[in-house]
Amino acid sequence: MGQGSEAIVRTQIVVEAPIERAFTVFTQGIGTWFPPEYNLLAVPIAERVFEPRAGGDVYDRGVDGSICRWARVLTYEPPTRVVISWDISPRWQIETNLARTSEVEVRFVRESPSRTRVELEHRHIERHGEGWEQLRDAVRDEGGWPGALRKYAERLA
Amino acid sequence: MQITPHRSEGWTALGDPTRRAIFEAVANRPQAVGEIANRLPVSRPAVSQHLKVLKNAGLVVGRRAGNRRIYEVDMDGIAALRSYLDQFWNRALTAYKTSVEKREDTE
Repeated sequence: MGQGSEAIVRTQIVVEAPIERAFTVFTQGIGTWFPPEYNLLAVPIAERVFEPRAGGDVYDRGVDGSICRWARVLTYEPPTRVVISWDISPRWQIETNLARTSEVEVRFVRESPSRTRVELEHRHIERHGEGWEQLRDAVRDEGGWPGALRKYAERLA
Repeated sequence: MQITPHRSEGWTALGDPTRRAIFEAVANRPQAVGEIANRLPVSRPAVSQHLKVLKNAGLVVGRRAGNRRIYEVDMDGIAALRSYLDQFWNRALTAYKTSVEKREDTE
């Protein structure tokens, strides 16, 4: 890895809503905003579920009843803080090795009774590193970047 | 098991076909803006603009070679993943804001 890139993503947004609503929509209301095209199931999503407790799961239920669990609720402290794992590998598959998963912490800060600042930190991204190392090794084995990068670009595009 | 995160145009740096072609050219062989512009049906200033986006996304880096700047792929994949997730969350939180505020309006 290296080149000094920080393996953390931080972003925030201010919403015109009381802190309780901001927290509830982020968690139990995840199905109303989390990009629907992010779907690891083979079928369309019928329901996106955020189990509101530490130890719960975040999962998608497909129209055929199949289930994809893609995050674990690590910390659940309404209405100010929630931490979930990110169990999706750089190859966009469910990561079953928990040592290779990252974390998303979300903090809710009351700016006024009707305004809330939501701060998000996606950290330990370097734990997913294995996927990138494999990609790099595959590139070496195949003797060059173009093939692997084309695949990478196709996946991103 | 593929995620298809490309439905909104221009969301990712590689969502644009021209930018993808430039990225592939640079991936094929490190080269300068002029060389890329000669091979693709894109003007020099446009190539520079696209390179700037790719650079900001952590996908390519520029290094000085004499009086030219040579672009090559950023070998640090973590930077690319980081950039990708950064764009992902910014888009997701914008959708979240819309959802939170819409719910408030209807009550």
